[in-house]
Amino acid sequence: MASVAQAIRMALHYGETNLGVKDIFGQDVGAPLGGVFTATQGLKTAWNSPLDERGIIGMAMGIAMGGDKCVAEIQFADYIFNTIDLLKIAGNTLWCTNGQVQLPMVVMTPVGAGIFGSVYHSHSFDAWASRLPGWKIVMPSNPLDAYGLMLAAIKDPNPVLYLKSKALMRHKGDELIPGEPSDEKELKAMIDKPVQNAEGWKPRWPDLEEYIVPIGKGKITHAGEHITVVTYSRMVHLCDEVAHKLAGEGISVEVIDLRSIYPYDWQMIKSSIEKTGRVLFVNEDTEVTNFGEHLAYRATQELFYQLMARPRVLAGKNLPGIGLHPNLEKNSVPQLHDIETAIREVVAEVP
Amino acid sequence: MSKKTTVKAGSKSAAKKSVKTSAKTAVKASKKASAKADNFGGLSEDLLLRIHDLMVKSRVLEERLIKIYKAGEAYFWIGGPGEEAFGVPLGLLARKGQGPAYDWFHLHYRCTPTMVALGMNMVDSIRLIMNRATDPSTGGRNFANHYCFPQWNVAPVTSPIEVQYPLACGTAHVQKRFGKKALSIVTGGDAGTAEGDFASALILASRKGQELPVLITVQNNKFGISTPFEGQHGETHIADRAKAFNIRARVINGNDPVETYLAMQEEMEYIRKTGKPSFIEAHVSRLYGHSSADGANKKAHLLDPVFTFENRLIDAGILTEKAAKKIWEIYEAEGVAAQEQARTEPVPTPESVWEHVYVDSENADWRKF
Ligand SMILES: Cc1ncc(C[n+]2csc(CCOP(=O)(O)OP(=O)(O)O)c2C)c(N)n1
Repeated sequence: MASVAQAIRMALHYGETNLGVKDIFGQDVGAPLGGVFTATQGLKTAWNSPLDERGIIGMAMGIAMGGDKCVAEIQFADYIFNTIDLLKIAGNTLWCTNGQVQLPMVVMTPVGAGIFGSVYHSHSFDAWASRLPGWKIVMPSNPLDAYGLMLAAIKDPNPVLYLKSKALMRHKGDELIPGEPSDEKELKAMIDKPVQNAEGWKPRWPDLEEYIVPIGKGKITHAGEHITVVTYSRMVHLCDEVAHKLAGEGISVEVIDLRSIYPYDWQMIKSSIEKTGRVLFVNEDTEVTNFGEHLAYRATQELFYQLMARPRVLAGKNLPGIGLHPNLEKNSVPQLHDIETAIREVVAEVP
Repeated sequence: MSKKTTVKAGSKSAAKKSVKTSAKTAVKASKKASAKADNFGGLSEDLLLRIHDLMVKSRVLEERLIKIYKAGEAYFWIGGPGEEAFGVPLGLLARKGQGPAYDWFHLHYRCTPTMVALGMNMVDSIRLIMNRATDPSTGGRNFANHYCFPQWNVAPVTSPIEVQYPLACGTAHVQKRFGKKALSIVTGGDAGTAEGDFASALILASRKGQELPVLITVQNNKFGISTPFEGQHGETHIADRAKAFNIRARVINGNDPVETYLAMQEEMEYIRKTGKPSFIEAHVSRLYGHSSADGANKKAHLLDPVFTFENRLIDAGILTEKAAKKIWEIYEAEGVAAQEQARTEPVPTPESVWEHVYVDSENADWRKF
C-alpha cells in the first residue's frame, strides 16, 4: 500500500502527465531531494524555488493568471503565515474582478502536530484557511483520499489549499490507488528514490488511473447510532480507534471524515446528527475561533430541537505553540483519551 | 490627430501669430525648426502628437475623476496625474493582446495613463470610480483605478502595495515557456519597495540560468503618503538594488515622455532578445498628492509633465496652442458626457455579493450547502 507521501507523488505525476500541470515548485521540491517528505520525488516538472514563501505564492498566482496549472508547496504550514494576504488576494481575485480572472492553482502544505516538531513544525492551518473565502480547502486522512483529492484540486477552476498532515505522511491505508501495484515493495522499487547510488535515478510510474474524491464530500469511516463525531485528517484515525473501542462497550459512534473544510459536507453531518442526536467536533487547531465552532454553531442553529445533548468542540488548546516535550505536545492537541472522555460525556448527557 | 491641423512653424510666439500657410510648407518648416531646437530623440511627429494627445486625455480623465470624487459621486480617489509621461509610452510600447504571446501588465493604482494608451475609454474608468454594475474592471466592487482588463493582459490592480511584483514573475515564467518573446511589466511606488515582495521579484527574476523576461519598474515620486524618500531610503537609487542582482538597471526622468519612450523601448528590446529582466526607476511628479485621503489638490510647485511636453511641442512648432486647446476641450467634453452616462447606469444589486466567490457561483453561501 502506498503511503500518503507516495500517493501525493503519484497524484502529482498523474497531474503533470494528464491534467496539464506544468510547474510543481517550492522549497526543496525539485531534485535532488524531492520535498522534505519526499512527496515530489522524481516528478518531471518539479523545481526548487528560493526560500521565500511570499515569492512562491505570488509566483503561483502569476502562473495561474498566465494560464498555466501549477502546484506550489509551502514547506511547512508553520511558514505560510507570512503569505496570508497573498492567499487572501488569490481568494478574492475572482470576486474583485467580477468573475473575470480565475486562479486555478493548488497550494499544498504539511500541517499539524504528532511528530514532536515543537513550536514551529506543529501549527495547524485549518481554522485560518476557513477564513479565506474563494479558496477550497481539503485535508485528506489516507492515501486514497490524498490521491483523489489532489486530482480534484488540480482539476478545480478555483484556488485550492491542500493541507496534508505531517504525522500522516508515512501512513499507509488499506485501499489501493487505481493502478497501484498491490505489492508495497514493488511500488517502493518503482517510485522511491534509492537512498544510496541515486545518481541518474528515474522513477518507473505505475499505470495510474484517474480517481476523483469530489471536494465537499465527506465519508463515514465508522458507522454508529449514538453520537456523531465530525473530524478530518489525522484525528480521523484517533476517532476511529476510540469508536472501535467503545463499540465493545455498546456505545455506537458514527465518525465522519469531512475530507473538505470548504465547501464542507453539511448534508452528511446533518443527516448523521438527525440520526444520533449528539455531536462532537474534533480537530487539532487551537480552540478559540476554531472551524469546529462554526460547525457547532450551525448544528445548534439548524438542528437544535433534534439534539439530545449540547454540541461540543474538542480542539487544540489555545496556546502560542506546541512544546517539544511529549508531555507538552500531548497536553496541547487532542489525544485518544481526550476524545474518549468527550464522547462519553456527550453520550451520558441527558436532556 | 492630423498633422495638418496642428503643425505650425516656429516658436511659441511665432505659432501664435502665424497665419495659415499650406500644410506642406508648415510641415517642412516645423521639421526644420524642431530639428534645430529639439530633435525629440528622433521620434516621429506623429508619435509625439499621439503621446501628447494621450497624455492630455489621461490628465483630463484623472481630473474628471477628482471632480467626481469632490462632488460626492464617488467614495475615494487615487490616481496618476503626474505619471503621464511615464505611463503613456509604456502603454504604447507594449505588445497588446490576450494570452502568453502578449505582454502582461501588473500595474498599481497610478496607471491610468497606461490604460488610456492601451485604448481604455474614459467611461470605463468613470464607471469604476462611480461603482456602476457596468464597470468592466470590478463591477462596482473596488476603488478608483483598480483596473482589470483581461483582453489586454491587464492583471487586476490590488490595494496591498507591491504584491504585484512576484505575480509578474509568474506570468513572465509562463511567457518564457511559451516562447513568443512576450514580457511582463510591473509598476509600483518608491515607498512600496520596502515590502518584501519587491525583493522577491528581484530574486525570482534574476536566478542564474532561470532569468525571467520581466520589466521591473518603480515610479519614484519621492513619497509614500506623507513619508519622504529620505525617511525610508538609504540607497542613492532604488535601481542600485536591481544591480546587486545583476539586473540591468537605469534611472530615468519619467517626466519626459521622449526619454521614457526611448529608454523603455531599449529595455523592452533587450528583454525580448535576452529573456532577462531589466529595471527602470522613473522619477515622476505626484501632482495631486497621495489620494483623496490628503485632499487631491494640485501641487503647483511640481513639474507638470503634460504642460511641459505640450509647451515643448509648441516651441518646436509641432503643435499650436490653438490645436492643443482643442484637444483639451474635446476630452473635457468626452469626460463630462461619460460621467453623465455613467450616472444613468445601474449599480450592483445587494444579492450580487454572492456572485463570483467561486467559479460558476457555486458554494458561495454555506447556508445553501
Ligand atoms: C501593504 C500595504 N500597506 C499599506 C498600504 C496603505 N498605503 C496605500 S498607498 C501607500 C503609499 C505608497 O507609496 P508608494 O509605494 O511610494 O506609491 P505612491 O502611492 O507614492 O505611488 C500606503 C502606505 C497599502 N495599500 N498596502
